[in-house]
Amino acid sequence: MKINRKKYFVDFTIIIAFVIFIAYSFLSGYNPGISILKDNFWVFLKEMILALPVMFILVGLFDVWVSKEKVQKYIGKTSGIKGILLVILLAFMQAGPMYAAFPVAYILWKKGTSSTNIFIYLSSASIAKIPMVTFEIGFLGLKFSLLRILISIPVFIAISFIMGKYFNKNKCKINDV
Amino acid sequence: MISMIILISILTVISFVLDKKKTLKGIKKGIMMFVKIIPTLLSVIILVSIVLYFTTNDILIKYLGNEAGIEAYVFAAIIGAVSIIPGFISYPLAGILVNTGVSYSVISVFITTLKMVGILTIPLEAKFFGYKISLLRNGLAFIGALIVGAVMALIFKNSII
Repeated sequence: MKINRKKYFVDFTIIIAFVIFIAYSFLSGYNPGISILKDNFWVFLKEMILALPVMFILVGLFDVWVSKEKVQKYIGKTSGIKGILLVILLAFMQAGPMYAAFPVAYILWKKGTSSTNIFIYLSSASIAKIPMVTFEIGFLGLKFSLLRILISIPVFIAISFIMGKYFNKNKCKINDV
Repeated sequence: MISMIILISILTVISFVLDKKKTLKGIKKGIMMFVKIIPTLLSVIILVSIVLYFTTNDILIKYLGNEAGIEAYVFAAIIGAVSIIPGFISYPLAGILVNTGVSYSVISVFITTLKMVGILTIPLEAKFFGYKISLLRNGLAFIGALIVGAVMALIFKNSII
C-alpha cells in the first residue's frame, strides 16, 4: 500500500519523537517517561486495539449488507422524530470511546443518514452508552446519572440541529479517512 | 466492550455463512480504513498519554474543589475538554472527586466535556469531518456541557458563584 507521506508528516514526527523519548527514558531510567508509557500509553493502546478493528469490521459489513434506500427511509432527511429516536437508540447500544464512533458516522452518512441525525448519533453515543451507564450509576448514583442524561439529550439535540444546518449550508462531507 | 466484540464476531460469522464473497469484501474494506487511520491514531494516543500524565488526581481535586466557585466549572470544562479518560477510569475518579467535596454539577460538566469534547482528538475527527466541522462541534459541545452543568446546579442547589 502506498502511504501519502505529506498527509502523515505530523503524525510520523510525533511517533518518532515519542519512540526516541521512550528509548531515552528507559536507558537513563527517567521515571516520568517510563510511567507515561506503562500507565497511560499502554492502557490507551490496549483499548484501541480492542475497540477499533471490530468497529471498522462492523462498518465494512454494514457497507456491503445494508442498502442506501433502507437507511434513507429510516434515518434519512425525511425520517423526522422517529429517525431521531432510532438514531439515539442505535447510539446507546454502542461501546468504546467516541473516536470509535467516527467511522460509523462516515458509513451512516454515506448510506444517506441526514446530517443532523449524524450529529445526534455522535452526541448520543457519548451521552449514554448502556454498558457505561451501569458503571456510572455504580459510582455516582442513579439520580445523578438519570438527570445528567435527561438534561444532556435536549441540549445536544439542539446542538446537532445547528451542526446539521451548518453542514448542509456549507455542503460539507464526511471522508472515508 | 467485550460484549461488543462477541456480538460483532457472531454477526461476522452469520454474514460469512450467508455470503462469503460479500463478507470478505466488507471485512477488507473495514480493515483498510483502520490501517489508514493508524498513524493519526497513534500520534493522538501519544499526546493523550503525555497530557494525562500531568493531570493527576491531586490537581483535579485542587481545581475542582467545593470552594472554587465558578472557576471550578471552567476548570472542569477545560480539563475535561483536553483529556480523554476511558470510562472505567473516569467514573471511579469522579466518585473520588465527589467524596472529596466536588459538587455534582461540576462533575457533570467534567464528565460531559470529557466525553463530548476532545481537543486532542480533533486531528482524528478532522480526518473524517474536516477541521471546520470538528472545531465547531467541539466548541458547541463545550458550551453545551456548561449548560448541562448549570441546569444540574439548579437541581442540586449548588451555588454557581
